[in-house]
Amino acid sequence: MADSDGRQVVSINHSTEEDVKLQEVVQAKCEGKELTKEEKQRLRKEKKQHKKNKKDDRGPPEKEKEKEKASVLAPSKPATQSPAHKAAPVPVNASASESPVAAEKPAKSKAEQRAERRARQDTERASKQGKKEGGQQSASSKPKATPNELQPVKRLPEHIQVDDPAALKKLAKKLERQQVPLRSDYGYKVSLFSHLHQYSRKNPPTQQISIPATVIHPSIVRLGLQYSQGIIAGSNARSVALLHAFKQVIQDYSTPPNEELSRDLVNKLSPYISFLSQCRPLSASMGNAIKYIKKEISNIPSQCKEEEAKRRLQECIDSYINEKIILASEAISKYAIEKISDGDVILVYGCSSLVNHILCEAFEKQRKFRVIVVDSRPRLEGREALRRLVKKGIRCTYVLISALSYILPEVSKVFLGAHALLANGYVMSRVGTSQIALVAKAYNVPVLVCCETYKFCERVQTDSFESNELDDPDDLIVTRNGKTHLENWQTVKSLGLLNLVYDVTPPDFVDLVITDLGMIPCTSVPVVLRVKNVDQ
Amino acid sequence: MEEAELVEYFRAQIREDPDVASAVAAIRSLLKFLKRDQSETILGLRENMTKAIHRLEETDSSVAVSSGGELFLRFISLTSLEHPDLSQCKNVMIERGELFLKKISLSRGKVGKLCHTFIKDGAKILTHSSSRVVLKVLENAAADNKRFTVYVTESQPDSAGKLMAQKLCNLNIPVTVVLDAAVGYIMEKVDLVIVGAEGVVESGGVINKIGTYQMAVCSKAHNKPFYVVAESFKFVRLYPLNQQDVPDRFKYKADILKTVKDLNQEHPMIDYTPPSLITLLFTDLGVLTPSAVSDELIKLYL
Repeated sequence: MADSDGRQVVSINHSTEEDVKLQEVVQAKCEGKELTKEEKQRLRKEKKQHKKNKKDDRGPPEKEKEKEKASVLAPSKPATQSPAHKAAPVPVNASASESPVAAEKPAKSKAEQRAERRARQDTERASKQGKKEGGQQSASSKPKATPNELQPVKRLPEHIQVDDPAALKKLAKKLERQQVPLRSDYGYKVSLFSHLHQYSRKNPPTQQISIPATVIHPSIVRLGLQYSQGIIAGSNARSVALLHAFKQVIQDYSTPPNEELSRDLVNKLSPYISFLSQCRPLSASMGNAIKYIKKEISNIPSQCKEEEAKRRLQECIDSYINEKIILASEAISKYAIEKISDGDVILVYGCSSLVNHILCEAFEKQRKFRVIVVDSRPRLEGREALRRLVKKGIRCTYVLISALSYILPEVSKVFLGAHALLANGYVMSRVGTSQIALVAKAYNVPVLVCCETYKFCERVQTDSFESNELDDPDDLIVTRNGKTHLENWQTVKSLGLLNLVYDVTPPDFVDLVITDLGMIPCTSVPVVLRVKNVDQ
Repeated sequence: MEEAELVEYFRAQIREDPDVASAVAAIRSLLKFLKRDQSETILGLRENMTKAIHRLEETDSSVAVSSGGELFLRFISLTSLEHPDLSQCKNVMIERGELFLKKISLSRGKVGKLCHTFIKDGAKILTHSSSRVVLKVLENAAADNKRFTVYVTESQPDSAGKLMAQKLCNLNIPVTVVLDAAVGYIMEKVDLVIVGAEGVVESGGVINKIGTYQMAVCSKAHNKPFYVVAESFKFVRLYPLNQQDVPDRFKYKADILKTVKDLNQEHPMIDYTPPSLITLLFTDLGVLTPSAVSDELIKLYL
């Protein structure tokens, strides 16, 4: 306990411009209790004023609107307004002017700044009294107005900005506020991927938190550990585990007095999500699931009683799992079986739960085919797929990916799973998939990708560098004939080990995508996204 | 209405008006069938219609009849059939059926109007076999006082190309008939290739008379634009991955399917052209790229 205190206090002292009040916050954290409402309020106000100071160069209109919002909102409950409030300044502030503003800040002293700010606020509040009616509209139109007035502010997600110290600092502050431990990177990173996190499995994220006194729910802690150690792997498995953990969280949740379930529960989930993304970066499917849950929670009417609300949420989660994952895989099998004819030789890569399910179903429906399982190091997931298929009685062949062009002339179809389908039609899947699709195209073998619609995401990516995941580099160390190669790779300065997890396949290499909505060409993914948005 | 009567009516339609698309004739027959149908429930009605469509598919095994029939069925039953009285429901369905028929009868004209602007003065056009839609397009272009020459492939085994050449001659368009094997030879002379389609599939590819795929591959190798003209009722919910994946009931003529034991000895009548070889598709829904076809199909069928 004392050890973790020291570490936390030390980390606070390292950051430059922290307010005195944060010391109190640290004390509260050390006691392992959640920050009281007053402390949270104070923290928020300090942050607000920090941000207003930074926005000096941005011009009056945004500031006026914000202060107007502050004045409109100040009398009402700060707890309920804070999420909306935090959302408004954050997109405006996003990445941009930190370096120029940070330069001028040390010039003035803290007290002077605060006094100036207060004076400015008072004068503007006085002038805003007349424009009070505009206040309500501007509060809602602010998110729309800001992008128009400012140059478009690009907000990159934190997990691909690891080489930017400012972004790292922001992350550290955010994690502290949420009382989530920050996981440090491990080992030398190859320069092309230095913008991504690289963690080691030997340093689990739970080292720094004390389990009984932590803010994070125990089932979430367990889930995080299962992710980081690789016990739960695979897009569907991770999403289902996440949803089950959230069900447990909702079960154990009790609304604090003077709070609304619909707003407070969403706030409670944020530190959990931060913790999980520290354990292992979130997948697209998990992201969509979280969005769905948050929407459902905020749609709970305020007059709903707690038990009723909790029951409703549990039902929503169950129906989501049932519809989007289980029933979807049934529908996809139905379409996919039409594409499997007798005498086919089907190539699969790695272990995709969906593809395995399709093959087992087809075998049960008396289709005659054989399977070639392609596998690659270091994960060797193909062995698991091989196990499942052989247990069913399907004739299988097992090769490593280096033998791909040798085996392809025998193959009649390639079935691939997907981690996510991007909005420009690119398929994000386990590393090695794009290689298989490329070679299959060269041999004119049709490539079919099977993917449920809940894995479709609005992101666009054309290469595997921009957003990826780096796994533990020590996985590449192998012991053969008693010799462990690469054991001391850290001592060799010019050596870097790269263990990529995902890659993207362009739509030209994919002939068909089988989804629960039917068979679509790879270029029609945005159509499906549009149809889904209309439905919701 | 008996199924034999239906088939006879269908055949009569085609005999009387050889210019009509087989799908349009099929839909007219189906409409007649609907009017004379005696079923007591909507479900029974749908079942009878489905059986009728299958019967027509057996008579004329073209993709267009199959797709036209399915679209017809969807179009008439996509309304809210909440009237308690069956005859009222039937009247609504018949009304919508007439509407659908009217719409698709005009579709060929729409396609012709859209496409003929892509034919420039002095163009040399290559086309395959005999397509009434391509004929309409060339008619419109000629009426627009454009000068162009046409090369038509003979298109064995039924020599449909010679029929096309005859029709074009009647329109005073200079035309030359070439052998199917001469497509590679003639490709360097032509400026663009226009073909019709029997069916447009979900991937954006087309199913057409055998020899179309060869022509598409040649035109891709010579970098000539390959245009397909098709009405929207030819959009079908198939997704072939390659030539083998096209169902047998489309590949061979209906009577051959019934009589012959070993289909491997027979010559298929159609082939599949993948979307990567097609430049543009001209339909009554507009000028589409192959990837937009899936979008339109989703709108039509969902």
